[in-house]
Amino acid sequence: MFKWLHPLAKPETLYHFCGRLFPWLMLSAIGILLFGNLWGLVFAPQDYQQFDTVRIIYIHVPSALLSMSTYTMMAIAAFIALVWQVKVAQWSVLAIAPIGAVFTAISLLTGMAWGKPMWGTWWEWDARLTSQLILLFLYLGVIALYGAFSDRQTGGKVASLLAVIGIVNIPIIHFSVEWWNTLHQGASITKFDTPSVHPSMLWPLLISLLGFYLLMLALVCLRLRTAILEHEQHRPWVRATLGGH
Amino acid sequence: MVVTFLRRELVLLGRQKADWLNPLLFFIIVLTLFPLGVGPEPNQLRIMAPGIVWIAALLSVLLAAERLFRDDYRNGVIEQLVASRQGLMAFVLAKAAANWLSTGLPLVLISPVVAMLLGVEAPAFVAMMLTLLLGTPLLSILSVLGAALTMSADKGGILLALLILPLYIPLLIFASAAIEAASMGLPYSGQLAILVAMLLLALALVPLAVASALRINVS
Repeated sequence: MFKWLHPLAKPETLYHFCGRLFPWLMLSAIGILLFGNLWGLVFAPQDYQQFDTVRIIYIHVPSALLSMSTYTMMAIAAFIALVWQVKVAQWSVLAIAPIGAVFTAISLLTGMAWGKPMWGTWWEWDARLTSQLILLFLYLGVIALYGAFSDRQTGGKVASLLAVIGIVNIPIIHFSVEWWNTLHQGASITKFDTPSVHPSMLWPLLISLLGFYLLMLALVCLRLRTAILEHEQHRPWVRATLGGH
Repeated sequence: MVVTFLRRELVLLGRQKADWLNPLLFFIIVLTLFPLGVGPEPNQLRIMAPGIVWIAALLSVLLAAERLFRDDYRNGVIEQLVASRQGLMAFVLAKAAANWLSTGLPLVLISPVVAMLLGVEAPAFVAMMLTLLLGTPLLSILSVLGAALTMSADKGGILLALLILPLYIPLLIFASAAIEAASMGLPYSGQLAILVAMLLLALALVPLAVASALRINVS
């Protein structure tokens, strides 16, 4: 795998690789999201207790799962950047961070909109909600820390270090519903042996989830390409590629 | 080596008394602001006391954190330490210990007076002292981490608060839960055990992160 991955550490190769990947990812993301969300939001059955509010699940659960897996992806990139000093890994940390922050914010906002009719409150200080809020602060911290240094190299390294440290929060979020007696319900789709969601709702949910993943990867490709151009703007290959002056 | 570094830190703190006296005064002033702000109703104060004390403690430790590495960074001590390739971990541990001795320990010692001011009663009061005793070392370790990350940043101060306060949240939750349980006469050894676990975990792992943050900042 290293033989296959190694050339991608070169900014020019990665730029073209992301460029080739992006249209496929984006088109399939749009298609699958339209399909999954239409199915979920319009055609899937209502819940017998929650009626139409259950449809928030098709946005809420994928964005919440994505917020965590995006963070994990960012932390792995940060680790690679710190240990093997791969500069594109460091740029990708900053390319990923705002995307993850937006997914986290979406999951919190849709969760609040769901909590109001179901729990009777917009916000409850239980473990799941609090740890998810900390995740948002961690994303914002990574972005802010990078911005605070006048030297981009140092800023990127320090932000990567924070991203690696913050990974301790991910298992806390995941297991918060088991460790504490929370208002938020336990896991229902990540236990595949006995899923507690009926197939008529589970399938649109899984398809939406796949769509969100593809969308995230597409956005990462797009932002990473921009970051590469920004960092390498004085290199000859950029001028050759863009045909500028 | 830790002892040598610790002695150096304590000598420096002895010469710059403002570094550890100001956070303590800040703690007391924040505490006096709360009864003025929310009204001096004793029952209400007694209920809010654990949260008030802990938030005041977080803020005063944060106040001391900003100066932790600044002088050592400016006069080149950290650069020399990184270049010498040894003693960095000992330095970090000594920093955390000195920070706790100068800001955490005074808070623990002054907490009986504070408890009296806010009308906290015996079981909750013992729990408050215990959580402060176990929690403030963790605050010190985490603030060393924050200070190391932002050491050479242009806008260090406010950024430090943004980075470190979210990391304080779990500590705050368990500490207030312990005090609340104690005030209702329930056992709270579980919450204390989690505080100890968090402290030990931080003590084992955070110095590694701090050392690498210091290296990045001077390279």
